[in-house]
Amino acid sequence: MSAPEFKNPIVRWIDYRLPVFTFMQHELHEYPTPKNLNYWWNFGSLAGIVLVIMITTGIVLAMHYTPHTAFAFDSVERIMRDVNYGWLIRYVHMNGGSAFFIVVYIHIFRGMYFGSYKSPRELLWILGVVILFIMMATAFLGYVLPWGQMSFWGATVITNLFSAIPLVGDWIVTLLWGGFSVDNPTLNRFFSLHYLMPFVLVGIIVLHIVALHQHGSSNPIGIDTKGPQDQLPFHPYYTVKDLYGLGVFLVLFFFFVFFAPNFFGEPDNYIEANPLQTPPHIVPEWYFLPFYAILRAFTADAFIYWPISWLMSAKLAGVLAMFAATMVLFVLPWLDWSPVRSARYRPLYRQFFWLLFIDCFVLGWVGANPPEGHFVIIGQVATAYYFGHFIVILPLLSMFEKTRPLPTSISEPVLGGGAAAGAAAIPREKA
Amino acid sequence: MGRNSMKNIAAMGSVFLLGAAVLSNAAQASGDVIKPPSRNWSFQGVFGTFDRGSLQRGFQVYNGVCAGCHSLRLVAYRNLMDIGFTEDQVTKIAAEKEVKDGPNDEGEMFDRPARPSDRFVKPFPNENAARAANNGAFPPDLSLMVKARKDGANYLHALMTGYKEPPAGEKVPEGMAYNEYFPGKQIAMPSPLSEDGVEYTDKTKATVAQMASDVTTFLAWAAEPELEARKRLGVKVLLFLLVLTGLLYAVKRRIWADVH
Repeated sequence: MSAPEFKNPIVRWIDYRLPVFTFMQHELHEYPTPKNLNYWWNFGSLAGIVLVIMITTGIVLAMHYTPHTAFAFDSVERIMRDVNYGWLIRYVHMNGGSAFFIVVYIHIFRGMYFGSYKSPRELLWILGVVILFIMMATAFLGYVLPWGQMSFWGATVITNLFSAIPLVGDWIVTLLWGGFSVDNPTLNRFFSLHYLMPFVLVGIIVLHIVALHQHGSSNPIGIDTKGPQDQLPFHPYYTVKDLYGLGVFLVLFFFFVFFAPNFFGEPDNYIEANPLQTPPHIVPEWYFLPFYAILRAFTADAFIYWPISWLMSAKLAGVLAMFAATMVLFVLPWLDWSPVRSARYRPLYRQFFWLLFIDCFVLGWVGANPPEGHFVIIGQVATAYYFGHFIVILPLLSMFEKTRPLPTSISEPVLGGGAAAGAAAIPREKA
Repeated sequence: MGRNSMKNIAAMGSVFLLGAAVLSNAAQASGDVIKPPSRNWSFQGVFGTFDRGSLQRGFQVYNGVCAGCHSLRLVAYRNLMDIGFTEDQVTKIAAEKEVKDGPNDEGEMFDRPARPSDRFVKPFPNENAARAANNGAFPPDLSLMVKARKDGANYLHALMTGYKEPPAGEKVPEGMAYNEYFPGKQIAMPSPLSEDGVEYTDKTKATVAQMASDVTTFLAWAAEPELEARKRLGVKVLLFLLVLTGLLYAVKRRIWADVH
């Protein structure tokens, strides 16, 4: 790739010494992208934009927030009542957290459906899972900061989980708390880490994008691009498509911000934290509910606990399973080694994908309800199925699934199948 | 099944023990609690605004009835100007209460009348004093009550109008009242509203339902004083975004026209 000629002499002068303009030209403008990406490919850039929104609103919030148990709750209310447009900044940040997870979960399911994690994009995928982990940690830390009842009790329950780790568990919990219960030192370090993590996230996202640009985007058909006839320059084709997607996202997002800002939240978090009074129903934020269900599925008599009951306590099993639910994604590229990427050409995989998708919602539903009655057994079966999908079903599919024949190139089905629709679309636009 | 699972969960350690006890309470409580009926509120919906008359009557109810026990610590007297009181009225309302200030030049603390810039004066100096005066129960602060309860406005209205004689067989201990909208159905607060409990300055008939509706509207405003500004701005932002998105879609179609 040769350096492009820039007309502006200042740009040329800078670029000769620091090739930022060449870089942008290559990576944002010319960057060859498969021409057949559908709208599910919008969610990566969308996630990046949401992160920027979170960082900017977060920095402003930090100017007005006080990380002290005696003042945190009131300082948030001061932001809501007395800071100019404080309610807007705070509601954008609050709903931005939920929006971030919605966008990222769709992004991940898209990768799973279209096999985006397969060779040569394994490291790209693994970096994505690292991003998910850091996001979850950041979200958990951030939820503690308003110091409501759910902040406090959520923090208490989740930090206590680490005590299940043999030998060092209690030591880790004391370190997390900075004392012997969730208290002011905990709030202080959580605030510090909550401010730090997003910038770590930015660093990993840069690596994620470097890995992406090495081999370019995957695509809905899942075969490699064969040449320029299969590709489009990123700008203006995908910049405008991403902008349109951003517009749709912002309409939905701001609907919640302005008209249902507490839709995703728990009313209990508008009660100031009280260490002496446990709220009647401790639930995490919605995006953690499936993991919460997996955590609670491991009871002493659970059939999923029985095979490992000689090895560890049920509590430790639950904690490990909760982390394993995300960890298993690290090895996904090796659990599913079918050479065919896209579920479009994998009839069985496609059905199992949707079963997993439904399973995640079942887990979320179980996580939102008390662990009683039929919820216990549903949660255990759904947990077993979740891990079964990755550990049993995917390897078996990789071995035995009869996949459908792949098209020879991206241009072929696009021109073949899409020509009629495209031809019809153009006159309508000109009219 | 329920008892069995409770036992297992207890074995999972202190955290779960805590959580499970808590959750089973919730299930028991949520099992009996009746969903409050949905009412029409002036402030609901995309274009909702607070009914000014209702807000000011609601303040009268709060001030005349609730404020004896319940604080409203996040709201300042100056905020009352946002719901239609004049500066003079607000100054007078504030001056009815005393706040401790100081120290003065002699180093003494002193009492002075509250000013519009002060937050609503609490009825009790601290939680212990509140409990001592209320049979051991602590009347919660009402600043965020509408946001801090599920379906807050409907719940508050149902609670205030939902006092009943307990059904046969239900024992209500001394000092408690029966209210099926309250979790656990036994509430330490006696029925707060009674017919003509306040004399409305606008001559509206002060029925229990009217007062409940007005004070709920007032508390909804106290919890979300930004609501009107938020919805007004929201309509503008969404209209702008819809147009922008439409234009972006047209541009996208134009740019992609030669690819299809």
